[in-house]
Amino acid sequence: MTVQTEGGIQLRGLVKTFHGPQGPIRAVRGIDLSIGAGETAALLGPNGAGKSTTIDMMLGLAKPDDGTVTVFGRPPRAAVDAGLIGAMLQTGELIRDLSVRELVAMMAALYPDPLDVDEALGIAGLKDIAKQRTQKLSGGQTQRVRFAVAIVSNPELLVLDEPTVAMDVEGRREFWAIMRGFAARGKTVLFATHYLEEADANADRAILMARGRIVADGPTTEIKARVGGRTLRATLPDVDLAGLAALPGVVSADRHGDAAILSCSDSDQTVRALLDQYPQAKDIEIVGAGLEAAFLELTGEPDIEEPEVVAT
Amino acid sequence: MNGVVYLRFELLRTFRNRRFYFFSLGFPVIFFWLIASPQHNKIIGGTGLTYAAYYMISLASFGTMMSMIGTGARIAGERQVGWTRQLRISPLSTRAYFRAKVLTGYAMALMSLLLLYVSGALLGVSLPGGRWLAMTGLIVVGLLPFAALGVLVGHLVNTDSVGPLMGGLVSILAFLSGTWFPITSGFLHSFGQFLPSWWLVQARNVALDGQGWNARGWITVAAWTAILTASAAWAYRRDTGRV
Repeated sequence: MTVQTEGGIQLRGLVKTFHGPQGPIRAVRGIDLSIGAGETAALLGPNGAGKSTTIDMMLGLAKPDDGTVTVFGRPPRAAVDAGLIGAMLQTGELIRDLSVRELVAMMAALYPDPLDVDEALGIAGLKDIAKQRTQKLSGGQTQRVRFAVAIVSNPELLVLDEPTVAMDVEGRREFWAIMRGFAARGKTVLFATHYLEEADANADRAILMARGRIVADGPTTEIKARVGGRTLRATLPDVDLAGLAALPGVVSADRHGDAAILSCSDSDQTVRALLDQYPQAKDIEIVGAGLEAAFLELTGEPDIEEPEVVAT
Repeated sequence: MNGVVYLRFELLRTFRNRRFYFFSLGFPVIFFWLIASPQHNKIIGGTGLTYAAYYMISLASFGTMMSMIGTGARIAGERQVGWTRQLRISPLSTRAYFRAKVLTGYAMALMSLLLLYVSGALLGVSLPGGRWLAMTGLIVVGLLPFAALGVLVGHLVNTDSVGPLMGGLVSILAFLSGTWFPITSGFLHSFGQFLPSWWLVQARNVALDGQGWNARGWITVAAWTAILTASAAWAYRRDTGRV
């Protein structure tokens, strides 16, 4: 069966405000985003950035106050009804009193063109525990069953909202390997995370959100350079900025008085080349830009009406 | 069509739940034997029914009400673990979802009913086949408001309060509807007739004289069904948020 995936996912002018007891919570404040069919994109951001709210609107679970969402050219609900979307929501456990296989089969039966149940169990690495009751699984196993539930529909768009949040290191590694296997079938995948490494290792593209807005969007390598890189400062008067910017591992160069400030994607390479080409460089300082710091920097000055309350 | 497989697994899950066997099946039957067996052939004053027949239907109405409202506990549980949201991002229609929940409730209610019929028959309740059927038919119709009530409660209340709420509600309804002792006159008699559970219990009159509900009974049950179904649909629609 061929499925219409033209148009990918389009979010236009998306706004969502919740009304809490302490006043309005502006969870999403104007998001424009296009994700092409077949892309694997990471939605990256700290808690309260508005990732889950954006995902809820994309899935038709929340209604935007303003703006539109289309998934493969349809409104979210129509895409859901057509069985085009599979998702692992952020919170969620399994219903009890069914075996893993029964639960996956139960969900498969709801879709027009599902995967074979055993195939889904195989992809999610659940063959060995297929007969176990859902209430007797470990946290990592539960997440893999939820993943199987999300993919058994054979969706064109797979949405994962912080899927590895309760997993140990080994569990995470296995999970992402499984996810990449599924994405390799030509599926569109969007996952939310607050770990830059997860985005870097598993997505082609990272979309950074902070305070309800998209603050950066690009190939993961570029985003990593911007937010995962280091800043090198050196006292280097009378040196051409263009020459510094051309050094290996440098993303951008700037100057504050006598100090040259280089944003580096690979500061080790940069510092070697710098000392080689500019032996006069003094007071070299390399500072790691943490993700939180990078987010703050990218978000810029806080808005005047910035509420302190944020959504999850 | 997809709803059929869904319903099958829904039934499977429900029948694997041990609490169900105690509250919906065990409890009414045990009470029936305790109350009715010592004097099962004696006639209860003002009703013309034997203890066995009277309490067979009383406890059947109690057990089946419990089964139908038990839907609420299952829905509240699914909401609590986030499963309702998972279902909302599947093509399962609202109609198929309600149908599965209501039919599961009915399946449990019919098991409860059957157990009480068998217990009643063992204690000498003997009726022509047509009357058993007519009585069953009235109970099935009389449970419609409770089917909707189960869905309503499940979408309004969280798992912590659903148990006490259900228990309290069913106990009060049972008391006001003449489950435990006959209410034949006075304020309770006039008031009870406004309750859907009253008419459930009144299904027992079929055993006596083959007469079902009067017009008032049908209207009361229909009105409650309409009100509670509309409320349940409203509660389901508004309940999209994260719990």
